[in-house]
Amino acid sequence: MNDKQNDQNATGDGAVPDTAHDPAAHIQEVEDLERRSNTAARLFDVRRIIGGLFVVYGVIVTVAGILASDEDLDKAEGININLWTGLGMLALGVFFLVWLRLSPTIPPPPPEEAAAESGDPLVK
Amino acid sequence: MTYLAEGLRLETNALDYTLLGIYFVVVLGIGFAARASVKTSLDFFLSGRSLPAWITGLAFVAANLGATEILGMAANGAQYGVYTVHWYWVGAIPAMVFLGLVMMPFYYGSKVRSVPEFLLHRFGPSSHLLSSVIFAVSAVLIAGVNLYAMAIVLEALLGWEQWVAIVIAGFFVLAYITLGGLSSAIYTEVLQFFVILAALIPLTIVGLKHVGGWGGLSDKLTSSQGEAFTTAWDGTGIGSDNPLGANWLTIVLGLGFVMSFGYWTTNFAEVQRALSAKNMSAGQRTPLIAAFPKILIPMVVVVPGLIALVMEPTIGTEENGLQYNDAIPLLMRDLLPNGVLGIAVTGLLAAFMAGMAANISSFNTVFTNDIYAPYVKKDQPDEHYVLTARVVTVVGVLIGMGTAFIASTFSNIMNYLQTLFSFFNVPLFVVFIIGMFWKRTTPAAGFWGLLSGTAAAMVNYFYFYKQGVIDIPSDQGANFVSSIVAFVVGALVMVVVTFVTKPKPVEQLAGLVYGTVSPGMAEAPAEGDDAWYRRPALLGWGAIILAAACYVPFSF
Repeated sequence: MNDKQNDQNATGDGAVPDTAHDPAAHIQEVEDLERRSNTAARLFDVRRIIGGLFVVYGVIVTVAGILASDEDLDKAEGININLWTGLGMLALGVFFLVWLRLSPTIPPPPPEEAAAESGDPLVK
Repeated sequence: MTYLAEGLRLETNALDYTLLGIYFVVVLGIGFAARASVKTSLDFFLSGRSLPAWITGLAFVAANLGATEILGMAANGAQYGVYTVHWYWVGAIPAMVFLGLVMMPFYYGSKVRSVPEFLLHRFGPSSHLLSSVIFAVSAVLIAGVNLYAMAIVLEALLGWEQWVAIVIAGFFVLAYITLGGLSSAIYTEVLQFFVILAALIPLTIVGLKHVGGWGGLSDKLTSSQGEAFTTAWDGTGIGSDNPLGANWLTIVLGLGFVMSFGYWTTNFAEVQRALSAKNMSAGQRTPLIAAFPKILIPMVVVVPGLIALVMEPTIGTEENGLQYNDAIPLLMRDLLPNGVLGIAVTGLLAAFMAGMAANISSFNTVFTNDIYAPYVKKDQPDEHYVLTARVVTVVGVLIGMGTAFIASTFSNIMNYLQTLFSFFNVPLFVVFIIGMFWKRTTPAAGFWGLLSGTAAAMVNYFYFYKQGVIDIPSDQGANFVSSIVAFVVGALVMVVVTFVTKPKPVEQLAGLVYGTVSPGMAEAPAEGDDAWYRRPALLGWGAIILAAACYVPFSF
């Protein structure tokens, strides 16, 4: 907590400075927030969610396609649309899981390092 | 939004509801899981500016692919025929490419957190406050319209009471945005994008088979609706009559240039997705990546509209009570068996919720970042603003739900409101484009340009068109003309005011005006971003060429 307070004092003010019209102060403020941001480090990968949901949907709808009644087939112009849609969704889900496996999220550098890195160009 | 016809009730069963239930659980899970990532206000409003381009790009297109858009564009397909593709290929694509190639460097490089905030830096507080308030009010009202539209669709399709739909959808949106901020909105949009495609693609395939393929479809439409109905440009000569009520000039200038550029380049609900990208290159690529699916979407939205017209030739007439908006629900009812039907219902509901979530997540950002923090309660610790944003989200959703209930008694007024708010984008676009390219443009010119452009569009629509002073055949045609009027009036006022007022000193405009550079813009591309297929210019021009090529089969 103290740390954060100091951070803010270092930039001179809270989230929106009086000097909002001064582009340099504004940019510094956003960069400070970017440094303290948690999203890159803590946000899970959406590919896992898409992959998981579509595998589950794919399996359910494919099974519905295998068990399709004549009535179902007639309604969809003789196409077993559940089967094909299910397989398509399954393939999409597997694609996302495989992609996630092959190139996992790169863990971001620890906070101090990141701060030092993005701090440097300003000093220059 | 109009009432859907009776008799559209779908034969849903437990299987369909299981699929719908799974979606709700997943969406709520995204909210809870994303909560851990919210530490600063930047996390809540812009996902910490850290997302990869493919995610922000898909969210960018999905934020626009709300259910009102899907049902509405299918309705336009049934009503106006192939002309509807103009909304995509001459409308959206050039504007999205312009946003990516020309405007994003200023938006992203200046590190603004919202579209109104750019106005604060470029012009000053008066235009900033004006556009923030207009945006906040319209975002929350449009969220209410979305909610109400969803309620009548669900009532027709599933037999849910309107209040049940409003409360359930409102609650889920409230929950996941309050928890995870923009990250959960964006993740849900990406998910919704795939679910809605999984619904629309089978629908189109079965539909096409039903009417005998594309050949059968266009033959039947040509014989019933005439030659021009299945072409993009036939009958759009000035003075000639066509269902759209517009000629090629109003299509290209009104829809293609002014309206679409106004919408895509300044609508914060869209631009917010690009601002959350992880670096300049990803920010630029966000609308460009979105452009490619956007080019292809008419194939699964407009085509079902055309199919519905063949299946029910009386759609849109008094005869059987079916309206153009019923096109997609009609196909769902007649062609999809349980299973895929559940996916389609889920997709539609997901699209409604995502459309509303886009409005709410941009509303809480503009309200907190552009109204509350600079003008109401300054200089609080960052945590205070995160808490405010969460409270504002709850309040915004509750107001939206209230608006939906009010809208259910005044559906015509809500239609007017939506047209009205579409007028605010064009003047905003004038102010941006002139302010970005003409260094001398003064702060006063920004404010008066915004105000006069908006007033001019409203005068044109409510006086000249609605009172019949000038003759425009359709609402759509009138919208195109209003946009052109707003653009011209706003631009003239800005030029005149600029010459009689004092400009900002040049050193305060770094990174905000064409030809200047801000420190953020000089940032070198990240590793891998210099690959040829990630070059913004290539992606942008590729999209333009592809969109132009899509016109070929419908033009000769």
